[in-house]
Amino acid sequence: MNRRTLRRVKSNVMVGIMASAVVVAVLPLLFILGSLLLRGASSLSLAFFSQLPVPAGETGGGVLHAIVGTLIIVGIASLLGVPIGVGAGVYCAEYPGSRLALVTRFVADVMNGTPSIVVGVFAWTVIVAPQHHYSGLAGSAALAILMIPMVMRTTEELLKLVPNSLREAALALGYARWRTTWSVMLRTALPGIVTGTLLAVARIAGETAPLLFTALGNQYLSFNPNAPMAALPLVVFTYSIGPYEEWHQFAWAAALVLILVVLVLSIAARMVTRERFGAYRD
Amino acid sequence: MSTTLDSPVAPMRPMAPRVKMAPREPAREPVANEEPAIEVRNFSFWYGRTQALRDVSFTAPRRAVTALIGPSGCGKSTLLRSINRMNDLIPDTRVSGELVVEGTSVYGSVIDLVAHRQRVGMVFQRPNPFPKSIFDNVAYGPMLNALCTRRDLPDLVEECLRRAALWDEVSDRLDSPATGLSGGQQQRLCIARALGNRPTVLLMDEPCSALDPIATQKVEELIFELKRDYTIVIVTHNMQQAARVSDYTGFFDRGGVLVELGGTNQIFTNPKQERTEAYITGRFG
Repeated sequence: MNRRTLRRVKSNVMVGIMASAVVVAVLPLLFILGSLLLRGASSLSLAFFSQLPVPAGETGGGVLHAIVGTLIIVGIASLLGVPIGVGAGVYCAEYPGSRLALVTRFVADVMNGTPSIVVGVFAWTVIVAPQHHYSGLAGSAALAILMIPMVMRTTEELLKLVPNSLREAALALGYARWRTTWSVMLRTALPGIVTGTLLAVARIAGETAPLLFTALGNQYLSFNPNAPMAALPLVVFTYSIGPYEEWHQFAWAAALVLILVVLVLSIAARMVTRERFGAYRD
Repeated sequence: MSTTLDSPVAPMRPMAPRVKMAPREPAREPVANEEPAIEVRNFSFWYGRTQALRDVSFTAPRRAVTALIGPSGCGKSTLLRSINRMNDLIPDTRVSGELVVEGTSVYGSVIDLVAHRQRVGMVFQRPNPFPKSIFDNVAYGPMLNALCTRRDLPDLVEECLRRAALWDEVSDRLDSPATGLSGGQQQRLCIARALGNRPTVLLMDEPCSALDPIATQKVEELIFELKRDYTIVIVTHNMQQAARVSDYTGFFDRGGVLVELGGTNQIFTNPKQERTEAYITGRFG
């Protein structure tokens, strides 16, 4: 075998290895999606989205309460988490060498790796226990805590990607520093920040453990965030460990809805990334 | 295309009277009693412990082009970026001496940096338009600094784009993204953007180093036009460019020393310092 053939064989072998790695990585995902569709789709109906659960033994009913609950809990969590996360990210990007930024960055990295159940226990200790009742609000707080480090690190990384020449251009035009950050740096990084934020929202929308300790769950349609509240992950959890076959069906369907919500958010994130003016090219 | 211009890539030959080849009027010799727009006295600059400028004294006359030339790392860009204090972005820098622009001490305690940078426009080495529309790029400076009403904005934008010799190329697509323009157009847009602020001084940091010869020629002709109204200081690595566009030339040597400052004609045909002669004839640097 001459050297050129040998090279080609080596190259093909490597490509083959990489391709099989991709297949192995994607296969479980496809499997999950497939089994969800297989087992959950049959239970999906209009009633599933518009009705409340029925007592065990009866058929029909829906998860409207959990959809509403997830929307409220995640909505409030985002209102709390996004401004704080973006603000902290801007600080760390603008004053990268400051002691506060170094500490914050380190803490955020640790927080990103913290198991969510720990955050749930923390929220229980700080909010639920003193209040003597579970609440959707406590769930929002727990999810916000999970969200802040994600949003913060994304914001910081994306601001760092904005070329320094743009900052110089703005300053040389007589922009004050805050205005440079606001209307040039943030404006340029905005699509990326929105994408990162939507992905963070999708992440926390599926969190179960923190909600077990905080929002608890509820069988009724409730709009009061200061009371126990249902959420889709909680429905999946409760119904999947229940003793009835209809409950298991229900859990599959709720899981499918949850995945669809995440899917929609991810697609929205991708669409935002397709910016009107295209990314800045240096 | 003017045939009198040298190609920017032509080899540098010593002492050719290149200044005479400049497109329109010949370079002016320094006028002794004219009050300079920029006056630098015993100015030194440090990045941490490294001294980038040593005791530089330098003047840039009003409504003329002053070129700063010298080998890499000689401090010419540092001096240019000190004039509008862009070096403030770099941590741990220190200055001594005085730098006065139109009567204002730039490193003095009372300077309003925002107002100062509005009066001193800057064009950078690589074109850096904002990722916005062509119109917005020019309009943002004047709008921000409240230099004109929203109603007059289109006129101002047109005027600036005309002065930057870009209007004819972009007048039908002011709303399209600036990043879609060619490199040379982007650089002229950046010049138009700087003009939008109605500055009195224009700083140019190697404005043509990222451009092709044709775009370079356009920008050079533009500089020639602009010096009727603006004081221009330009840093360039291209000595032919310095000879073509400037009225005065300052030669910096390594270590941040201003070796010689004088009329461009004199610097390029009859330099007083041996070091200057060695540099412009290509014996070093």
